[in-house]
Amino acid sequence: MSELDNLYREVILDHYKNPRGHGVIEDADVEAEGMNPLCGDEISIFVSFDGDKIEDVKFRGRGCAISQAATSMLMEMVKGRTAQEVASLDRDELLDEVGIPLTPIRLKCALLGLGVLKLALHKGKGTPLPEEWAGLAEDLELK
Amino acid sequence: MAVTAEKKLDARKLRADFPIFEQQIHGHPLAYLDSAASSQKPRQVLDAMNALYETSYANIHRGVYDLGERATEAYEGAREKARVFINADSTREVVFTRNVTEALNLVAYAWGLDNLGPGDIVLVTEMEHHSNFVPWQFIARRTGAEFLAVPVDDQGELRLDELDSIAAHGRLKLFACTYVSNSLGTVNPVERLTQWAHEQDAIVVVDAAQAAPHRHVDVQALGCDFLGLTGHKMCGPTGIGVLWGRRELLEKMSPFELGGHMIRKVTLEETTWNELPHKFEAGTAPIAEAVGLGAAIDYVTDVGLDNLEAYEQELLDYTLPRLEEVPGVRLFGPAAERRAGIVSFEVEGVHPHDVAQILDWDGVAVRAGHHCNQPLMSRLGVPATTRASFYLYTVPEEIDRLVAGLHKVTKTFA
Repeated sequence: MSELDNLYREVILDHYKNPRGHGVIEDADVEAEGMNPLCGDEISIFVSFDGDKIEDVKFRGRGCAISQAATSMLMEMVKGRTAQEVASLDRDELLDEVGIPLTPIRLKCALLGLGVLKLALHKGKGTPLPEEWAGLAEDLELK
Repeated sequence: MAVTAEKKLDARKLRADFPIFEQQIHGHPLAYLDSAASSQKPRQVLDAMNALYETSYANIHRGVYDLGERATEAYEGAREKARVFINADSTREVVFTRNVTEALNLVAYAWGLDNLGPGDIVLVTEMEHHSNFVPWQFIARRTGAEFLAVPVDDQGELRLDELDSIAAHGRLKLFACTYVSNSLGTVNPVERLTQWAHEQDAIVVVDAAQAAPHRHVDVQALGCDFLGLTGHKMCGPTGIGVLWGRRELLEKMSPFELGGHMIRKVTLEETTWNELPHKFEAGTAPIAEAVGLGAAIDYVTDVGLDNLEAYEQELLDYTLPRLEEVPGVRLFGPAAERRAGIVSFEVEGVHPHDVAQILDWDGVAVRAGHHCNQPLMSRLGVPATTRASFYLYTVPEEIDRLVAGLHKVTKTFA
């Protein structure tokens, strides 16, 4: 299999073209957004809670296939889990799911959605932003 | 017998001068379509720099010893080549800078801070590279001047019909305009714009970063007041550029950077400045880089700018219709005859970074992004574009491979 087939493998393209959890939650408990100024990738994430549990989560955005597909996968991974659990979610869990080799530049694309989601949880539930995110948060202009 | 034989550019032959093309990228020959970002370097330039370091290198303008004199001669010789290249009146008007960004910042600080104030207008265009946009926006804010931009139409050309209503806002003091758009390749009517701005008593600053590598830039014919060009986009090394300015303006200006070489006399009480152009060249100069620029000027001049411009037109005529045939590809910018060898496009539904990544695996190097042109991208309604750009070593096979790669992109994302 060539590198090309590997990076743009079927599952990535499928998530890019048919993103899961795509849209807006009108009465969301919290929302956050972020962008990767290098690529112009933009993602907004909306979360509604049932107690500590993520009852529903949706995203909206535009950008490269990697950023949009990774965020789509993330939506499937976190729905129904608790805010605390997701706040401490190791980035490798998402990257394993993405399952493709990424250069440092494309890594930021893949992690944008996770950064925005952790920020939303921080805003909504006061969960900590892990230390390793501090630099990334600046790179990705999270707000 | 004819006195002159028409010399045509032979890209295939020139290409052999560029060692970078001797390698494979991901198992393919390199198709380098990003010369607007930076051009590749011919052996002649690399050899000239190496020869300086190996035989004639020392610091300049100081040593009384032989090496120092030779190095000074090489550096000042490059200045003379640059003078001829842009048809400047005198080498006193030719200031070496790090690049165009530094040239424009020099004018923004050294002229702008002392000459702009409330009620004045600083005018740029919507298609400026950030290097000819951000310094003016910043200096306008610092001085209280109003900062305005000439809008761009849907074809990526300046809205000249808006000029007079813009000028009616106040005193137009400075107009900063690019000669050739780095994103779209649009060639602006700089002579006409300069004439218009001079009628308003404004000074005119021209960014020739994308023009000088591809066409004759004649500062006297253009009539502008300042002009910047950079070496690395025209076969030269990085770290060397030129600011040309009118002598009477440069003489009145304060220095930009302060330190060694730019002084005449330093005492505890006061410092006086060196004569032009040295007043604007503080510190140890980029000596080898200047020599490399001189060699690049020789190389490009030998190829012939008229030949180069004509050849790039041929490439454009070949490229534009072929790109238009790729499903989902939308081209930006004006018709071939009103642009330089730069083609920006989008592939429907595919982010430029994905386009560039897929092309890279076939050894095709293109630029994807906002091209330091965020106001223009907003105007075009896209976050970014993919850009292919040509130079004297570009061959039609590279365009074919770009087109084949784009078919692969649309197939992958179908």
